[in-house]
Amino acid sequence: MTAVDTRPAEPGPVDPDQPSASADALLARRSWKSPILFGVFAILLFILLVPFGRGGKAIFDFTSTSQKDAYQIPLLTLDSHLTEIITAIILVLMAAGSAYFAVKRRKMPLWYVIVFTVIVVFGFLVWTSADTGHNLTITSLLVGGLGLSAPLIFGGLGGVISERVGVTNVAIEAQLLFGAFLSAVAASLTQNLFVGIIAAMVAGVLVSFVLGAFSIKYAVNQVIVGIVLNVLVLGLTTFLYEQVLVGNASVLNAPPQLTVINIPLLSEIPIIGPLLFSQTIIVYIMYVAVAAVFIGLYRTRWGLRLRAVGEHPQAADTVGINVARTRFWNVALAGAVAGLGGAFYTIGSVGSFSQDMTNGAGYIALAAVILGRWDPVRVTLAALLFGFAENIGLAAGPMGSAVPNDFLLMLPYLVTIFAVAGVVGRVRGPAAAGRPYIKS
Amino acid sequence: MKLELRGITKNFGALVANDHIELAVEPGEIHCLLGENGAGKSTLMNILYGLYQADSGEILLDGVAQHFAGPGDAMRAGIGMVHQHFMLIPVFTVAENVMLGHEQSKAGFLDLSAARAKVREISARFGFHVDPDALIEDLPVGVQQRVEIIKALSRDAKVLVFDEPTAVLTPQETDELMVIMKQLKESGTAIVFITHKLREVREVADRITVMRLGKVVGEAEPTATNAELASLMVGRSVELTVTKSTAVTGEHALVVEGLSVIDAHGQVAVDDVSFEVRAGEILAIAGVQGNGQTELTEALLGIQNRVTGTITLDGKNLRDLPINEILEAGVGFIPEDRQDDALIAEFTIAENLMLDRADGAPFVKGGALQLKYLAEFATEKVREFDVRTQGIGTMVGRLSGGNQQKVVLARELSRDLRLFVAAQPTRGLDVGSIEFVHERIVATRDSGVPVIVVSTELDEVVALADRIAVMYRGKFVGIVPGNTSREVLGLMMAGEVPAGTEVAA
Repeated sequence: MTAVDTRPAEPGPVDPDQPSASADALLARRSWKSPILFGVFAILLFILLVPFGRGGKAIFDFTSTSQKDAYQIPLLTLDSHLTEIITAIILVLMAAGSAYFAVKRRKMPLWYVIVFTVIVVFGFLVWTSADTGHNLTITSLLVGGLGLSAPLIFGGLGGVISERVGVTNVAIEAQLLFGAFLSAVAASLTQNLFVGIIAAMVAGVLVSFVLGAFSIKYAVNQVIVGIVLNVLVLGLTTFLYEQVLVGNASVLNAPPQLTVINIPLLSEIPIIGPLLFSQTIIVYIMYVAVAAVFIGLYRTRWGLRLRAVGEHPQAADTVGINVARTRFWNVALAGAVAGLGGAFYTIGSVGSFSQDMTNGAGYIALAAVILGRWDPVRVTLAALLFGFAENIGLAAGPMGSAVPNDFLLMLPYLVTIFAVAGVVGRVRGPAAAGRPYIKS
Repeated sequence: MKLELRGITKNFGALVANDHIELAVEPGEIHCLLGENGAGKSTLMNILYGLYQADSGEILLDGVAQHFAGPGDAMRAGIGMVHQHFMLIPVFTVAENVMLGHEQSKAGFLDLSAARAKVREISARFGFHVDPDALIEDLPVGVQQRVEIIKALSRDAKVLVFDEPTAVLTPQETDELMVIMKQLKESGTAIVFITHKLREVREVADRITVMRLGKVVGEAEPTATNAELASLMVGRSVELTVTKSTAVTGEHALVVEGLSVIDAHGQVAVDDVSFEVRAGEILAIAGVQGNGQTELTEALLGIQNRVTGTITLDGKNLRDLPINEILEAGVGFIPEDRQDDALIAEFTIAENLMLDRADGAPFVKGGALQLKYLAEFATEKVREFDVRTQGIGTMVGRLSGGNQQKVVLARELSRDLRLFVAAQPTRGLDVGSIEFVHERIVATRDSGVPVIVVSTELDEVVALADRIAVMYRGKFVGIVPGNTSREVLGLMMAGEVPAGTEVAA
């Protein structure tokens, strides 16, 4: 048989891998977005820390509130003024470094962004706690941050599954809120936490069924269906809460709370122990869920087919994969995952349901999906960023921060806008997300 | 495996796409299905592949009637298809694409090594060099097509359908595909080869079935001449060449120097291209789809953002001018995607005819549309350009492709042009419309306008061009005279200039 060679022929006079000089100059247009963003942050912090610097001492406390660490890290006391100045200088230098990356047309590494962010937060914390007499309780700050991140992570994973299969999921908010509501009511009625968890998943799936039916079967615009669902669930839960739950709170809205499970040994490690291994079952499920979605998406038949349907539904169809069915059931699965995050608001933390208790977390989860580029692990990191930002906003006020409390509460949203607009820029999501597959 | 189609009928509304089609393909035979766009070939194959359901008729494999609810059933029965638009997922690897839909798993995880082995085994059998771990989007189209073939063979296809497989290939890749098809035939596969290119048919076909307007109109022998096949396909005798006199050229009207374009993905799409076009000549830009022709023509019209170099028309710099000023300078443009970029489907013929002239007299006065003038103008143009329609109020979306293109031509050619750019002007048109479009392009040239024609069809390039520029990966491989041989052009389309090639500067 004749061999057919698909390797490129010997290069002729045209060498495609060598762009000519004029094209090279055009290609090399520098991106100043990151240096500008870094510069703005560095200047703001510099103004805050140096001319408006606050003296005194900043005391860092690394112990956990339960005081059962195997080893007690001593308090760390820093001179506020000196620390503020050093921090400000490092930030300015790092901003200059980001300009260097732009001039050299090199891509800024991810660690650079993370280190910069951590130093900004550190500088802000030192400044805000200086001379207040309050200790900076780092461990509880982190634990609180993880608590606020957990629903975002569940919501984000739901978003990843749904969008990767090709259905834009704006209804994460609805899934979280309905999950919170139904889990509280079900757990309250049965006084059984397991039933509460199942109910949360069922709630998310119910929202998904509506989303799936309209967007897959009837090809309605998916963003509109999602927004309508968010408004609908907010209205429905508010109505039921005011008309039914408030009057019968002891029967319908008094669920038991999940207890904290301490993992032996691991939970005694300073900082990490109370942060990661002294949590409720929902958080442990979350760890498993992140790993399972990550491995499942890239290493199993389920994930391969799911991604194929989201990228090129017609190609999937021509190899015998039922596009509509794959989409519908994976959107349902996404709802179950997001609904579980809703349970965290009620039985996972405070117990009873209250009106609009998710308060827009679903939209932040949606931002995390985009910031994390539809990858489960990156989305989890993005959700953690948003959760910690929110917690710093919440915690700084009681610590005697000089910044008005209402301004601090804007923090997570500011971080979201900067992160999505500044760091991400244009990204390529699943090619067919948001587009219904209609066979001619 | 022997494939038989008996009395297949398929209606889309009032349109009969397939009317009692009979077709039989023996194992080890290449059966060509020849017909124009819209003849019903693809519909028939989609029925065979389970994508559509026939209204009546039956599909038999080795004499056993089959019922395909979807492509999965057809594949299990041994039918494979190499689609015109590849059904590959760009962000997946070759192995992942090949395994998709019939994945093997080990302890719940994908067994990628088995898929890789399968790709290597089939590649070796046919002498392909395909890396199982390469991403599809990084591969040239010719190799992507081989992945499609591997995909079908990995499912043990005994009947293989090639739907317009050469549309995206260079002439050399086309020749290689012909070799592969013959190899497959020798190994006992039954092959259905759908095309409208006569040369290919005569090269590989064992039998030829010709379709026209949803019906089988006849069978032909591979020994039939091009003219015989063409007249069978079109239903009347056709002129296969364009009659044009020698070009009477004037001054250099359009001068392009050092033009580079960066596309939306940040890739260099056009790379330092320089050329000029004289008044009264046709410069054809040949090349395989996706080598920068689209971006080049868009840069001329001013709809590309990141452009360097100079574009000078009649001594006036066009680069960085707003689009309305470029149009005012007399640039007429036929975009390659006529439905998305040239026309608004939900507008009437009359409205589409004035789309780029809504900024003043005679179509608009004091902000009000001059409907009476528009109606007279549209009626006149519909007559002049032979648009077959019920009236000027018909939605453009309801016209056939050929008539849509005539509306675009009428709009662009009714302005006072200084430059005419036609990108893929006859793609997807019937033979009659192609003749008409070609005549108008030559007439435009003869009226002293510089013309640029971009085409991936070598036949069209050779028929129209006074000079031919061949584009490969964003650069001009060379500019050669209009009578350059196909073999040389084919090599140039793959990026090589054969020694001793005459250069027409």
